[in-house]
Amino acid sequence: MTETTSAPSMTESVDEFASRARTWLAQNMPRIDPANPPDADRGDDAPWLRARELQKMLYDGGFAGICFPREYGGLGLPIEYQRAFNTESRCYEMPVLLNVPTFTICAATILDTGSEEQKREHISAALRGDQVLVQLLSEPSGGSDLAGVITRADRQGDKWVINGAKTWSTSAFAADYGLMLARTDWNVPKHEGLTMFLVPINSPGITLRRIKQVNGSVEFCEEFFDNLELGDDAVVGDVNEGWHVASRQLYHERRAVGGGSEFASGIGAEGASDVPIDWVGLLEATGQADSERARERAGRAIVHKAVQEKLIDHVYHGVLDGSLPPAAGSIIRITHADTHHLEFDTALDLTGSFGVIEDDNNLIRYGERYLSRQSAALGGGTTEIARNIIGERVLGFPREAAADRGVPFKEVKRNKG
Amino acid sequence: MTDTNPEVLLFASTTQSFLEKEASLSRLRELHAAGTSFDHGWWRRAAELGWTSLLVPEELGGGSVSGDGVADLALVAELAGKTVAPGPLHPVSTVLAGLVEAPENHEDTIESLVSGETVASWAVYEPGRPWAPMKPGVTATPTDSGYRIDGVKDRVEAGSDSAVLLVIADCEGAARQFLVPTDAAGVRIESQRSVDLVKTYARVHFDAVEVDATAVVGTAEQTAGLIARQSQIAQILQCAEVVGILDAVLKFTIQWGFDRHSFGRPIGSYQVLKHKYADLKIWFEGCKAATNAAVAAVAVRSPDAEMAVSVAKSYVGEHAPGMLQDCVQLHGGIGVTWEHDLHLYLRRVTLDRSMFGTPEDHNLRVYAITEDRESA
Repeated sequence: MTETTSAPSMTESVDEFASRARTWLAQNMPRIDPANPPDADRGDDAPWLRARELQKMLYDGGFAGICFPREYGGLGLPIEYQRAFNTESRCYEMPVLLNVPTFTICAATILDTGSEEQKREHISAALRGDQVLVQLLSEPSGGSDLAGVITRADRQGDKWVINGAKTWSTSAFAADYGLMLARTDWNVPKHEGLTMFLVPINSPGITLRRIKQVNGSVEFCEEFFDNLELGDDAVVGDVNEGWHVASRQLYHERRAVGGGSEFASGIGAEGASDVPIDWVGLLEATGQADSERARERAGRAIVHKAVQEKLIDHVYHGVLDGSLPPAAGSIIRITHADTHHLEFDTALDLTGSFGVIEDDNNLIRYGERYLSRQSAALGGGTTEIARNIIGERVLGFPREAAADRGVPFKEVKRNKG
Repeated sequence: MTDTNPEVLLFASTTQSFLEKEASLSRLRELHAAGTSFDHGWWRRAAELGWTSLLVPEELGGGSVSGDGVADLALVAELAGKTVAPGPLHPVSTVLAGLVEAPENHEDTIESLVSGETVASWAVYEPGRPWAPMKPGVTATPTDSGYRIDGVKDRVEAGSDSAVLLVIADCEGAARQFLVPTDAAGVRIESQRSVDLVKTYARVHFDAVEVDATAVVGTAEQTAGLIARQSQIAQILQCAEVVGILDAVLKFTIQWGFDRHSFGRPIGSYQVLKHKYADLKIWFEGCKAATNAAVAAVAVRSPDAEMAVSVAKSYVGEHAPGMLQDCVQLHGGIGVTWEHDLHLYLRRVTLDRSMFGTPEDHNLRVYAITEDRESA
């Protein structure tokens, strides 16, 4: 349906690339109003099918995986090309649902730690729009203490047999494969007995259930494993080296949550509930366009949002040029949450009673979004853990005391009851 | 700021060693004890290092280091922040930023400012009134030979040390700027102390002060643009200075977290303090990111420059004073003593927060710009 443009040459400048993208986008992709994007509830099936279609169009047009290596189906170009493409594609419908976690976390981690076969199969399939990848990490028994997972993978003959439960798996219902962390050795300290598996979601032995959140979203899932059987080809990295793989996922996740990943393609809102706050419209709708107090508060929220955008760039380049350590990615993870809180606290304040009782301007959406405010400080690892990371791995202060350090995992105390 | 240009690195290291040797914190305390704001001979040597030439084109006797004079100047301000340096870098640069846009009849003043022989300052604030540069109460009335200036300005940095002031005045209903020598008849200067250890300000009375027609800077059409540019330069210098201050203060406050022990542990090992330190690091990087973006926008005269500067001025002003107070808290009782250097930094940061627009002023500006963009 789309004519494939000539393969980009290594010498194509960012401007030339951008101009070729501009032409291609205009000829091939559906235009949207970025301030009013098509509604895309991450908990519905339809937006995911649409994202796969759009991804296929990008792939056929030669604009998929701009920063992924060429041998796995990408273009192998620096981030400046991705940025230019993001600018050009702002007014077009993009498969932004696939950014997190498929591209920015899962494919990025497979690229770092997967076997050659896994890279060739899964990264390419994701770039073609044929595979959605997710993470199966957190468990009902604990979230922040990820290395304390108790889902077990036992060796039986030449198979691995999985039993246990995972939760808070983002969009697992729409996925083909999940990166799943399980315990393969209970006789060693917690980080040393873990293995990462790439699990086909639609396997017998997996039961998937939706979790309903405060805002009504049913995007997150929990999965129960009953004697799920996997082969050795499902192991990512090495057996009992799963923590190394998980650490890469966490690293990519922190950068992705803050918006600093080169593997994200397209930067538009994911749907009506993700559109930036229209402060001018909000003040007009609440009769406060001339209120100095309201204008000042809205101005402050705009300032913080603008600084968050500059900070993403600053930290990205700081990590790249070595002036900041890789753990500094947690900075934008925290400021993302802080900025989000400030914006929705301000919106709740400025909408007043219009934010809590429905009227013609639908300002109640701000009150509703306020109710799930803390999601921004929880998803992708809590801000408390992120502050530990900055204190310990960026500034170098002593680690928090841990009662499970160096202790064989089977002897570690767990939840009561 | 990370720069790999060897000439910039050399300039930075020369500037830094000059500041460490001749503008140290103990020197600052000596100046304060002597009731002196800065030493004019020292300022001439700073000018010889190139500090005053960065915004000035070569044909007017200036020149930048990197080709980007605004970035070079912000680098000087940042380095000067690390030792809370004295001196009129900000007012002289602000005046030069205006004069070089409209140099006609002012070539000699530019030359003498670049050489460091003369100090100048921007007379923009007026008594009892907030930051509102385009609404002067001081008047300039056309006469046969030029203009007559009447009114009062205040909060004029280094006013008592300046030979010439760039004065905003209402001239027949429009804001205009005039270069007024401080020894002109009818000019009376009263010193105003500030919260800073050495920076002094002045209230300046203009009582029927007669200036030549050549005293005016720029045309009526140019003036708003000149004032905007001068404001932006003044504001990014403040932001850069605060970034330098935060850099220095965070360094020794973090070190304190390793060195100071309570209950047999370094205080930085306590989670509540570790998280406080994490926030300081986060806000510091935010201040840097916002300031770098503002400096870059002003350097290329981006249409977004005013927005970027107000964003930085608001963010830096909102965070920096509280960050310094957090550092005082982390130091414990020693932090509130005169003997400890923390208050030297806190003083400058507090001054910078409140001058050339408070965070609230800039939030209002950011909102107004957003509103204009949406209706455009």
